[in-house]
Order: sequence, then C-alpha cells, then structure tokens
Amino acid sequence: MADAPTPTQAPQRTRAGGGEEAAQGTATGRSTAAQPASAADAEVLARAQAGDHQAFAQLYALHKRRIYSLCLRMVGNVAEAEDLTQEAFLQLHRKIATFRGDSAFSTWLHRLAVNVVLMQLRKKGLSLISLDEAMEPNPEEGPGRSFGAPDLTLAGAIDRLALERAIADLPAGYRLIFVLHDVEGFEHNEIASMLDCSIGNSKSQLHKARLKLREALRMQNRQEARP
Amino acid sequence: MNGDPSKMSCAEFQAQMAELIGSGEDLSAHPHVGGCERCRALLADLTTIVEAARQLFPSVEPPDEVWEHIESAIKREDKTAPNAG
Repeated sequence: MADAPTPTQAPQRTRAGGGEEAAQGTATGRSTAAQPASAADAEVLARAQAGDHQAFAQLYALHKRRIYSLCLRMVGNVAEAEDLTQEAFLQLHRKIATFRGDSAFSTWLHRLAVNVVLMQLRKKGLSLISLDEAMEPNPEEGPGRSFGAPDLTLAGAIDRLALERAIADLPAGYRLIFVLHDVEGFEHNEIASMLDCSIGNSKSQLHKARLKLREALRMQNRQEARP
Repeated sequence: MNGDPSKMSCAEFQAQMAELIGSGEDLSAHPHVGGCERCRALLADLTTIVEAARQLFPSVEPPDEVWEHIESAIKREDKTAPNAG
C-alpha cells in the first residue's frame, strides 16, 4: 500500500509548497512561469518586510492562487472567498514584519489565512457539533446508514463534479474539517488546536463528513442507475 | 461488546472506525474487515473518497479586483497609521 492512500493517511501537504507562479509584473499578472519558490520568496519577502510596496505586490502574485483557492475550498462561496483573500493579505501586510522564519513563509501565510477564515466562520456562528453528538449513533446519518448493499458501493470511481458538489453541500463544520484534513493535509492535533476542539471531535467529525459524502455519492449513483 | 475483534458486529466495528482511522490504523488488516464484505466496501469507498479529494480543487486565480481592493485598503491604512507621513 505504498502509494495508495487510505482514510488513515493524510494527503501530502499542499500548504507547505511555495508560490506557484513567478512574481513578474504586477500583482494581478497571470504569469505561470515556474520559478524556484524559495529563492523568489526570500528576496521578495525581505523587501516586503522592509516596507517595499512593489515587493508586497509581488508577494501577492506569488501566493494569491493558493490563498484564494484555500478560502474558496473552506467556505465554498466565491464572493466570501474574495473577501477573505483580501482580509488575509491585509493581515499579512500588517504582520509581515513579525515573520521570523521559524517555519516556511508559505506555511506561515497558509496558517494566517486559515485563521482568517476560521475567525469569519465563528463570526457567522459556525459551531462545531459536540463530541457527544458526533459520537452518538444517529439512525438518520450514523454508521447504520452505511450498511448498504455491496452493489451500491462507489466501485472505486467517483465523478469529480459530483464529489465537489457533495463537499459543497456538506454542513459548514464537516466541510471545514474535511477540507483541512483531507485536502489541506492538516493533522488532527493541528485541527483541534485551530478549532479549539478535542482531537476526538476532529476525528469523529471527519469520519462523519466522509460518511456523508459517501451517502451523497451513492444517492447520485442510485439516481443515475434508475431507468 | 465482544472482546474478540474478529467477532465484532458491523455496528461495533463502525462505531470504532472514526477513532481507529484517526489514529492511523490500517483498517484493511482489521479482523472484522477481512470477514465482512459490507465493511470492506465501506472502507474501500472511504479510501476512494479521500483519494479523489486529493485530486480536487485545482488552484484558482482570484479576480483582479481583489488586489485592487487590497491596494486601496493598504493605502487607507498607511494614511491613518500613527507614523504616516
């Protein structure tokens, strides 16, 4: 099972990567030329920390895709993702001088953006389901619903659009944990720390999120199988 | 609950799945999974979902307006900063 991921394995982290496009031209430029992220980051970062506005624009160009995509995945709404991207980079502008290089800049920025999104979600009243509720077998959505006939399994193939839709339809708390763990690659202890919940709660909500996705995908398969 | 994992019911096994998976256990080697087609299918589905999720969400470019708003906000903040010039 060397390369076959199982639900027990967190995906390779995407958040530790560097900027995915070269910092050329303006912050809104669309260059996709590859460039070693660390070298580009280091030089641009140093100038941005010194207050160089052009360097900050370049830093935006380097990281905008990753941060916007993160926001979009976490909230599932374009307008909100744009606002959150804006807020994340404004916070970056305020705090960039405090970055000391204890971690990779891209990791630090990623964490900053996650915190911006979480703060926004909390303002909107997102509350994570309690561990008690999450662990309690629920006849409507608990493990019992997983006892489907084998011929209704996903058979190893999932329609990409269907999965994206199913993730978007997850309740906010489930989507958040699913994205943080299965897409962004955070560990349960990190998620628990970020969301101020227990590690057990993070594990149980992730599992319930996956079960909900499975149900949604199986439902779609059933509908497609109807004559 | 029966202490022997191979004699677990599906409900007992599935009630433990979140903790077992979250702890990094390889459930494909769990005695219950070996003898239960349904739970094996469930595990396979969850694995498929996790794998598929890794392929999702290609990075997306934010609209240019986002930077314009950021730039405007930075200029406003710079003007109101205590040491603004």
